[in-house]
Amino acid sequence: MNLLVCISKTPETTAKIAFTDGNTKFDESGVQFIMNPYDEWYALVRAIELKEKHGGSVTVINVGPAANDVVIRKALAIGADKAVRIDAEATNSVMVAKNIADYAKANGFDAIFTGKETIDFNGSEVGGLIAGYLDLPFVSYASDLQHDGTTATITRDIEGGVEVVEVSGPFVLSAAKGLAEQRIPNMRGIMMAKKKPLEVVAATAADAPVSVTAYSLPPEKGGVKMIDPENMDELVRLLREEAKVI
Amino acid sequence: MKADRYQYHDYYQINDLLTEEQRLVQQTMRDWVKQEVTPIIEDYAERAECPVHLFKQMGELGALGPSIPSEYGGGGMDEISYGIIMQEIERGDSGIRSMASVQGSLVMYPIYAFGSEEQKRKYLPQLATGDMIGCFGLTEPDHGSNPAGMVTRLTKDGDGYRLTGAKMWITNSPIADVAVVWARDDDQKIRGVIVDKEMEGFSAPKIEGKWSLRASITGELIFDNVYIPEENIFPEIKSMRGPLSCLSKARYGIAWGAIGAALDCYDSALRYSQERTQFGKPLGQFQLTQKKLAEMITEITKAQLLAWRLGTLMNDHKATPAQISMAKRNNVMMALQIAREARQIHGGMGITNEYPMMRHLMNLETVLTYEGTHDIHLLITGMDVTGLNAFS
Ligand SMILES: Cc1cc2nc3c(=O)[nH]c(=O)nc-3n(C[C@H](O)[C@H](O)[C@H](O)COP(=O)(O)OP(=O)(O)OC[C@H]3O[C@@H](n4cnc5c(N)ncnc54)[C@H](O)[C@@H]3O)c2cc1C
Repeated sequence: MNLLVCISKTPETTAKIAFTDGNTKFDESGVQFIMNPYDEWYALVRAIELKEKHGGSVTVINVGPAANDVVIRKALAIGADKAVRIDAEATNSVMVAKNIADYAKANGFDAIFTGKETIDFNGSEVGGLIAGYLDLPFVSYASDLQHDGTTATITRDIEGGVEVVEVSGPFVLSAAKGLAEQRIPNMRGIMMAKKKPLEVVAATAADAPVSVTAYSLPPEKGGVKMIDPENMDELVRLLREEAKVI
Repeated sequence: MKADRYQYHDYYQINDLLTEEQRLVQQTMRDWVKQEVTPIIEDYAERAECPVHLFKQMGELGALGPSIPSEYGGGGMDEISYGIIMQEIERGDSGIRSMASVQGSLVMYPIYAFGSEEQKRKYLPQLATGDMIGCFGLTEPDHGSNPAGMVTRLTKDGDGYRLTGAKMWITNSPIADVAVVWARDDDQKIRGVIVDKEMEGFSAPKIEGKWSLRASITGELIFDNVYIPEENIFPEIKSMRGPLSCLSKARYGIAWGAIGAALDCYDSALRYSQERTQFGKPLGQFQLTQKKLAEMITEITKAQLLAWRLGTLMNDHKATPAQISMAKRNNVMMALQIAREARQIHGGMGITNEYPMMRHLMNLETVLTYEGTHDIHLLITGMDVTGLNAFS
């Protein structure tokens, strides 16, 4: 079973968020990056588990600059067999998905995994777009995946419950919590990762019709107002007039 | 303990000097410590119990003897990676780091460096996985800072030897399957012996009542005329160079490790100083608190640079024992002082197990003492720069 896992980098969860270039760009200075947890903990690990069971190989793919190699190496250390980096700045979901789809089309995979979203931009778009470009079925928010080699049985998280679907033939999946359990790489894996191939390929698709006009931070949390328990009228007035919640 | 909100501090962007692989090692060990060590450590330390299960986990991770070549089960990693592993583990607890550094530097390293091929094949792979636990016996009840005065004897007996004497303050000893022990032979030469747990006349009672390294088990080694077959003796090494070269390895790891404890204390103090308000402002806004924090991060940064440079010297096989000694002494004292200052910043809360400082503080008292006390290391540097020996 040949599987392609799309991995993206995201700022570490404690990173300070700021913007540059007139609020159109995320300020990366001093920010530590990690592999997007949905990609790492669920999509990648489940793909490795399937490979361990059925044989085949796991390829990870990232669209981004050389600075992303450390994140890619981590995926190799966890157990992916080879890596591909499409050498272009990832400007938006459309160009990322187009590049990955082009690579996947040229190389042929039994399934393509993504995380359900990245924890920074929360687009949830790449998986669906890849499926669209490749004309493959897309199963989103997968929290369980069983595969007998020909048919995949996938449990999807839906509002208030789950949906179980069956897919035969190649498909694209986006991974949600529960699909697998996080694997911490070990030193042996890290040493082996150095020797695994990391292929750098030129981008096939350049920019796309979507561009960011502005980012803004959520409004700062106001201070807490203490109200005397005797003064219920004042509480109601504030909830109505200031907080505007009732 | 509260949720582990630890964040690494790298004021001088020393991480830029690390390879991709070293950064991955750092992240991996940090994740592991957050998942497996900090959630349980206060409890184990309080009960003075050793979390023995962590040996296997560290083995699986490859944190035991990472710089031993892979053909013997080690990781084949460089010395900076080893240092990083020690630092991240000690960020969790000096006791857990002690378990790992004894296993790697004091047990696996001498077997690798001085052992016969059979000894290497028999012990190293199992020590690397944590299936076997090792300890290192150099210190004796009457010979601590002066190990060369040791009285444990290895006397010829037929085809083998007899071992008699006692070792004191031995990390891991009550749970160890194997002990690397240093003893004096009939020619007064220092020899290294591998003692198996099952050998008759060998016992390893636990030392109780420690207020330091409570999550690491410490004991004695008692040899009552233990028969040692020739195959359990290191064939070549016959001098203090044997144990001292192990100590150099371990001290190097401690120079990195202590920074981990310091970082944990500093990180907690920095956060507390921003969250706790007195007199209507955060503690961090008071000049005296800022002085403490500024000095802490300065000292940590200096220690990080010292450790990194020492690591490159180690990788090039150029580090001298005196250079290693300096880094061990400086970095451990630095960590101890930071633990105290960080504790103070937390006020009364600082003495509780909600925060890590008291545990680090108590642990570091041992780290200051073992592997050569602070004062002994001053004398090593003193001797190195003056050429005059203060010990004789
Ligand atoms: C928890 C713990 C774990 C340990 N684990 C191990 C282990 O696994 N294996 C092992 O072999 N050992 C181990 N040790 C032993 C440790 O290395 C010794 O405690 C240390 O070397 C000091 O020896 P000592 O305790 O006998 O103190 P002493 O040597 O008696 O020293 C007492 C004091 O006198 C000072 N002093 C001694 N000589 C001089 C001098 N010439 N000039 C100036 N000051 C001097 C010392 O600096 C110290 O302050 C461990 C110790 C502890 C506490």
